[in-house]
Amino acid sequence: MPAEEVEVAISSDQDIVLARQKGRAMAVELGFSSGDATLIATAISELARNILSYARRGKISLKMVHASNRQGISIIASDSGPGIRDIRQAMRDGFSTSGSLGLGLPGVRRLMDEFEIASEPGHGTIVTVKKWKQ
Amino acid sequence: MEVPILKQGEVLIATFQAALSDADLNHLRMGLVRQVVKFRSRAVIVDVTAMDVMDSFASRTLREIAHMIRLRGAETVIVGIQPEVAFAMVQLGLTLEGVATALDLEEGLAYLNEKFKTTN
Repeated sequence: MPAEEVEVAISSDQDIVLARQKGRAMAVELGFSSGDATLIATAISELARNILSYARRGKISLKMVHASNRQGISIIASDSGPGIRDIRQAMRDGFSTSGSLGLGLPGVRRLMDEFEIASEPGHGTIVTVKKWKQ
Repeated sequence: MEVPILKQGEVLIATFQAALSDADLNHLRMGLVRQVVKFRSRAVIVDVTAMDVMDSFASRTLREIAHMIRLRGAETVIVGIQPEVAFAMVQLGLTLEGVATALDLEEGLAYLNEKFKTTN
């Protein structure tokens, strides 16, 4: 029986690689196509990178999720960093405060089926995304 | 993880592995530019066939590599972007604008040969 839940602590660039490898492995385990597994691994890479650039540390939790007639993967990226003051602005293409590309969050939303973000300035950010098997 | 850089005449060929960290990519960027200077190379082919994820950092680094090498008067060709990776890149909004790409190593070399012929 494969692990239904995996957690990867993010505090260095090596952890980004580890998180996306674990995510791909879980996606393949769940029977996702290799194309979808690539989308999932790419989304994890971006979410983990956001943690590293804005909060320095945090974690990525990968979970198999089951609904009545479908299976999927849920990815929760959480940190206790500075948080996002204006989420609407952060979700706009091209916006960045860390000097990076600023494609992160809107791009991740396009890669996945479901996207949720909760953030409290000074306390941290939690991004939850899901992808369902076709 | 070291990225092997092969010297083939006036062309350098760098072959990316699957699990490159940001530090590896930064290291490679400097290494490639140094070698272009050292060998007076006219072109660099970056083979990314093995890369299973091209995120914003990796594609920005590739663009920077190409631009730095252009400032040295040499050409860069990225070869072997997998179809799934290309799809993910487009969804993410990543582009490699201004950077030459080719299907694989063979096509990349053919592109450069054409290019050298017309400039000679």
